[in-house]
Amino acid sequence: MRDRQPLVFWTGFAIIVALLIASPLVLPPFWARFVTEILIWGLLAMSSDILIGYTGMVSFGHSAFFGLGMYGAAFVLLETKPPSLWAALAAGLLAAAAAAAFVAYFSTRLREIYFAITTLIFSQIFYIVIFTWTELTGGENGLTFSRPALAIPGLFSLRFTPMVLHWFVLAIVVLSYLLLRRITQSPFGMVLQSIRENEARTRAIGYPIERYKMVAVMLSGLFAGLAGVLYALQNQFAAPNFVFFVLSGEVVIYNVIGGIGTLVGPILGAAFFLLLREGLSRFFTEYYLIPVGLMFIAMVIFMPQGLLGFARRWLNR
Amino acid sequence: MQWLHAVPWDLLLIQTINGIVTGMILALVASGLTLIFGIMDVVNFAHGEFLMLGAYIAVLTIVATHNFWLALIIASLGTGLIGALVYVTTLRPLLGRDPLTTILATFGVSLVLQNYALWQFGPVARKIPEPFSGSITLFHLDYSLYRLMIAGLSAAIIGGFWLFLKFGTWGIWIRATTQDRIMAQAMGIPVPWVLAGVFAIGSAMAGASGVLFGPLVGVDHAMGFDWILRAFIVVVVGGMGSLGGSVLAAIFISLLEAYSSLWVSPAQAGIISFVVLILTLLFRPTGLFVATPK
Repeated sequence: MRDRQPLVFWTGFAIIVALLIASPLVLPPFWARFVTEILIWGLLAMSSDILIGYTGMVSFGHSAFFGLGMYGAAFVLLETKPPSLWAALAAGLLAAAAAAAFVAYFSTRLREIYFAITTLIFSQIFYIVIFTWTELTGGENGLTFSRPALAIPGLFSLRFTPMVLHWFVLAIVVLSYLLLRRITQSPFGMVLQSIRENEARTRAIGYPIERYKMVAVMLSGLFAGLAGVLYALQNQFAAPNFVFFVLSGEVVIYNVIGGIGTLVGPILGAAFFLLLREGLSRFFTEYYLIPVGLMFIAMVIFMPQGLLGFARRWLNR
Repeated sequence: MQWLHAVPWDLLLIQTINGIVTGMILALVASGLTLIFGIMDVVNFAHGEFLMLGAYIAVLTIVATHNFWLALIIASLGTGLIGALVYVTTLRPLLGRDPLTTILATFGVSLVLQNYALWQFGPVARKIPEPFSGSITLFHLDYSLYRLMIAGLSAAIIGGFWLFLKFGTWGIWIRATTQDRIMAQAMGIPVPWVLAGVFAIGSAMAGASGVLFGPLVGVDHAMGFDWILRAFIVVVVGGMGSLGGSVLAAIFISLLEAYSSLWVSPAQAGIISFVVLILTLLFRPTGLFVATPK
């Protein structure tokens, strides 16, 4: 039996990926775009899961990393001629990594609860800077730019149609998932999980906790920045709203709904939340957050494992 | 000595008073937060929403009765009651679980309350009229009496609360519960009621500060967020769970912001508090205004 479980896992994985590859071919444009968005938000939620689910630190500052990835990509696309996708990607990741290093250095000095608060405060610093530095960031209006081509110089060049974009996003999200899964199963990931289970004991064994936490925050920030770059590519603008703390809160909601510590749970949580918002906003218009909030509280109290919590051990095998 | 003349002394004086006034309100908000944290290990994300609810209850009461002081009392009682309800329904089931879950739960509460207010009262800011409009003259500058009264009243509430903790029966119960919850229970202290009471008192303090501050700015559904963020900074800088530390840190940060807003825009002056926070985290992560832990 035990030998067959990885087979089941990879079969399921292949089926889901195949469905996602086929989705823009069969779905109407609105829903095809919706699926792409879910993948991007799912990547962001997955990056946050490294902290919440695997290291036991709740980050309320992921909007900062996401936003910096977005603005980093936006600058490069606006400044370079012709705009290069790979330069934008690199710039977005660099900006997010720098922000993550900054936040990690200060906030990992604090115990768990203070960590949540300081990440929130730090993300607000970035928000204020981006909001007030109008010459560079466009302030409240944000930045608008056009999509670069998906090209490798000398080999090929493709225009980003919605379909190509979907496959590009899907490829990056799937690769990120495989990479993150590998990382959480590596010795490094094991140390993170042991920090979550018992910080004092992990320290006593001799692991430099602070350094591990810092790397975890930076890793998480890097993937959040990647999600930001993808979102910038999809929507062709960067706006300060995406750096605001509400987004970080939504990311935490995705995680709790989907099931922390599973990597795929947060993606499912994002899908569930976005579908719920789509459905509820027909009845509640902009007040959909009231029922969503009530449901969230109920899940924290009665179902802390989330939708996929029951499969947590199996998914991490 | 040329530079002495370049300093705008009269503005500096006004900003000192301004800083102390906002500092006292901030201290009132932060002391409720630090109280709830110190005693219950709950980081209350919804604290700013209680402030906002207090302000809205006051708006409704003033429309009905035209009496500011009655509104202040009703708003405090009302937010205290709502606080107790929130505690019993969402936080009591989480007792004994990871403190991180309380952040998540109160975050949910904050979402619900904020959007409920948006739904009920709409996005347009309401006004609370000042209860009196006199001003006093300080070195040929006029200063609103109401602002001074806010500072005095906040100080009185914090001071009264401190006396209550020190000498009141419930205050002594609260301190006993902080020190050792199980022992307190064994001595016959009704610990569940004490915890609910603490949450109610903290919420009532937030509600009262919302009413007091209402006349200075508009009342809208998002007003809580600005305050909760600054209150969190104050609580971290002052040392989590320390009442005196929070009060000092609140005044310290507000004074710095007030002075710096003489030279930069208010939005940029807000960055000052972040800088203070970063420096605190770098050099004294336990808090600026508490004794060095052994």
